[in-house]
Amino acid sequence: MSLQRSMFEEIRRNKFLSYIIMLGFLILIGILGGVFGWLLGSPLFGLILAAFIGIVYSLVAYYSGDRMILRMSGAVPVTKEEYPYLYHIVEALAISAGLKKPPKVYVIRDSALNAFATGRDPEHSSITVTTGLLEKLNRQELEGVIAHEMSHIKNYDIRMMMLAAVLVGVVVLLSDFMLRSFLWGGMRGSRRRDSRDTGPWLILLAIILAILAPLFAQMIRLAVSRRREYLADASAAALTRYPPGLASALEKIKNDPDPLVDNANRAIAHLFISNPFRRTRSYFATLFSTHPPIEERIRRLRAM
Amino acid sequence: MAAWLWILVVVLALVVLFVIRVFNSLIRLRNEVDNSLAQIDVQLKRRYDLIPNLVETVKGYAKHEKELLESVTKARAAMMSAGSLAEKASASDQLSKTLKTLFAVAENYPQLKANQNFLQLQEELTGTENKISYARQHYNDMVMLFNNRIQMFPNNLIAGMLGFKRRELFKAPEGEKEPVKVKF
Repeated sequence: MSLQRSMFEEIRRNKFLSYIIMLGFLILIGILGGVFGWLLGSPLFGLILAAFIGIVYSLVAYYSGDRMILRMSGAVPVTKEEYPYLYHIVEALAISAGLKKPPKVYVIRDSALNAFATGRDPEHSSITVTTGLLEKLNRQELEGVIAHEMSHIKNYDIRMMMLAAVLVGVVVLLSDFMLRSFLWGGMRGSRRRDSRDTGPWLILLAIILAILAPLFAQMIRLAVSRRREYLADASAAALTRYPPGLASALEKIKNDPDPLVDNANRAIAHLFISNPFRRTRSYFATLFSTHPPIEERIRRLRAM
Repeated sequence: MAAWLWILVVVLALVVLFVIRVFNSLIRLRNEVDNSLAQIDVQLKRRYDLIPNLVETVKGYAKHEKELLESVTKARAAMMSAGSLAEKASASDQLSKTLKTLFAVAENYPQLKANQNFLQLQEELTGTENKISYARQHYNDMVMLFNNRIQMFPNNLIAGMLGFKRRELFKAPEGEKEPVKVKF
């Protein structure tokens, strides 16, 4: 029953980390708002504004972050009449995992082989697979992949990963955006020499943001720790009682030349069962390369 | 004197709190067991309801498989009369086997295999068979957890007092599984 115990610990850890992410987000937005308010002459005003925006956005992220993620990924909801086979597998594994009701089912119409789960808890969750996955995997392999996603749902990995995507993602984008605008504005300002007193502060803020952006990117990377993925693989094996299914699915995913780049936004890459940017070697792709080596996962499953 | 009394009260309170905790966790687990048993029944019922349709559809194409169809119908009826969990489990296994044979035999009838209605029923039944086996697996896991919990010290003292009893696994008794006899 050690798997059971580590799952309970994982659930507690994930709920705790979800709070930390939300708290960290609020503090950061507060600091940004405070600094802006200070520059404008009223730190309190900035703080209040930031608190308001931060709280509203956190609530939106918590309650509808999954919908944002589904839209970003290009996933569409499908009915049981369209995909009876997929529905049966999802329902069967929900029973196996002891969920009260099965997650909603979404599909990405893409030939790549990938899948992810999202939501805030098992009662409000969804599983998305690409149509490529449905075409190229057999029943046992698809069961393995769905069981892996079901484990993420049961462990509350989905809540933590969703918040990481929606809250941390927006901070990275925000700092990126502000950094650019400050650098441009700063240069223009020094040429005009009329904003001498605010100039240094803006540069300081820009430097802070420049440090923050990769830091937060690092946080996203931590969201997909190896431990988390290995545990989901192990629980998937416990759900299906057939580790070779998932192992051979991962084998097929590894050997597939077709990565899911079109729709995989950087902020949601860590949700997928395998890295959607495998082929690219850009700075961001390596910065966000979140996944444990697929060979190692296969090896562990084969050894079970 | 007063100090002794206080210590006694505190110890008693701690014991009562502990008993409440164990009691609540056992109740939660027992509900989980009941729930997962109900889940098996839901799926068994689903399969039960699907079979007459399947038999009707196959009958139209495969007139020579009368015996096989009868064995499916009989196995289905046996499901209903099964009383204990073990009986139910072995009846369910028997039905699974006859259905598997039926689908294997259906391979010999190209027209049947091309029938949309049949294909739909086949997917539906395969899906339900799968759900039955996962529901059984989950139920057995839960029973295992529950039985372990009520037999371990010190829970066993409390469980005994409060009337928690061991649950039965959903499993056909070994050796009772007969091989299926099918004539082609």
